[in-house]
Parts: sequence; C-alpha cells; structure tokens
Amino acid sequence: MFTWLHKMGSPPVLYRFAERAAPWCKWAAFVLLAAGLVGGLVLSPPDYQQGDGFRIIYIHVPAAIMSLLVFGYMAVASATGLIWRLRMAHAVTAAAAPIGAAFTFLALVTGSLWGKPMWGTYWVWDARLTSELILLFIYLGYIAVVNAFPDQRTGDRAGAILALVGAVDIPIVHYSVQWWTTLHQGATLKLSGSSMATSMLWPLLTMMVAFLLYFCWLLSLRVRTEILHRERRATWVMRLAENGDS
Amino acid sequence: MHSFHDFLTMGGYAVYVWPAYAVALVVFVGSGWQSRRGLRRALSRAARRAREVSK
Repeated sequence: MFTWLHKMGSPPVLYRFAERAAPWCKWAAFVLLAAGLVGGLVLSPPDYQQGDGFRIIYIHVPAAIMSLLVFGYMAVASATGLIWRLRMAHAVTAAAAPIGAAFTFLALVTGSLWGKPMWGTYWVWDARLTSELILLFIYLGYIAVVNAFPDQRTGDRAGAILALVGAVDIPIVHYSVQWWTTLHQGATLKLSGSSMATSMLWPLLTMMVAFLLYFCWLLSLRVRTEILHRERRATWVMRLAENGDS
Repeated sequence: MHSFHDFLTMGGYAVYVWPAYAVALVVFVGSGWQSRRGLRRALSRAARRAREVSK
C-alpha cells in the first residue's frame, strides 16, 4: 500500500494510472447508474408513508454521502501533502474539489425538493441542513484559495490547511441529527442492519456505488488536467503532447 | 409502479421527483462535460507548448 502510494507520487506514473483507470470507472458507473435508476424509479414499491416521493432519496442519499466522503478524501490527501511535501497529493486534492462541490449542491437541492412535500418547507435552518450548506461554502472557499496565489506551492499549502480545518464540519454534518433536535431523520443505512426493505435498499446501494465510480471517473480526468498544468515544463509532458496523445 | 401513468405522475409527487432527477442529470452531464473539456484543453495547450519549444 505504501509502496503503491509512493509510486503515485511520481507525476508520469500517476498520469498513466489515471489514464488507464478512467474507462473502467466510466463504464462501470454508467452500467450501475442505469441499473440503479431502473431499480429506484420502476422496480421498487412506493413507500407506505411517502408514496413515490421517497424516490428522491436515490439521488439525495448517495450525493450527500459523496459530499462527505470526497471532503474526507481531500483532508487526508492534504495532510499527506503537507507532511511529506508531496506535490501530487495537492494535485489530487485540487482535482477533487469541484466534483465534491457538485455533489454537495445536488444533495442540498434534492433534499430541498424532498422537504417541500414531506416537511412542508423547502428549507429550515436546522443543524443538518445548515452544516451541509457550510460544507458547500468550504468547498467553494477551497477552490478560491488554491487559485488565489500566483505561486502554486503557496496556494496548495493554503488550500491544504483550509481542507484540514474544514474537515471539522464532516463529523458535525454526520452527527448533527443525533446532537441536536432536527427535522432531518436519522441514518437509514447502518452496518448493523438497515431499516429498509430489500426491494428499496438494493437500488440505493447500487446508486451509491455508481456515484462513487462516477466520482472516480471525473477524478481521473481532472487529475490528468492538473498534472498537465503543474508539470507543463517537464520533458515527459512535452513528449506526451508531441506524440499526439489524447 | 402499476402503470406508465403512475410512473409519470409519481403518485402525485411528479413536481418534486422529476425536478430532483433533472437537476441530477444536469449536474452529472455538466460536470462530465466540463471535466472532459478541461483535459482536452490541457492536452492541446501542452501540444502547442511542445511545438514552440521544438521550433
């Protein structure tokens, strides 16, 4: 594991790895998305309380989980970059931020569309919703900070510190439904058995894996973009471009 | 789901369910398109720089 991570610290090795991983992630994501959509929209039965309105969760829950997962990944990569001074760790952090922001936005919008019929309101300033909105602002702040400095290394370090400080919001979002009285319901998915019928559960799990793979696909594209930009003066990048690789 | 009509109306929740899925579609297609365009542009920039250097 550590030797593998060590190898990935090399820009050309990481670039090739991302290039090779991309098509696998892409096709697996599309197949699982199709299966999850059919399962979620057609095969699963309506909820006995929420009717067909519950089908929004097939987007909302995976998007919300990804919003936390991606930021956790960014915090770990940032710490790695700061401690071992790994430039590529900062590259993979910067590549992930816009995707994480997109998932957070999606979680907020779909949650809002679910809240209107179920709670009677699009938005309440309760702990779960507010901390998730703050997470979106942290993502946007990270993107702004990384690009605010003319010197790449300064921007990387500032962004990494912001990612580590911002990571405090992750447990707050996760535990907000237990710590405070909120409208938002508690976790449906638990390792110790979920409170959901199998016919409703499998499309949700499928969508979660599909979202994760879609993230991996976009990440593989964006990591290559970051490397091409950051290593633009390196001879291997010049050679790669000359060979008409695309 | 009992019929195609039920599917379209989503048991009365159509105005909430379909926009949610539409936003998801826009976010997925948009982020995919933007990520691919970014890579394409980075590759062509690198190719241009390589041509300038070799001149």
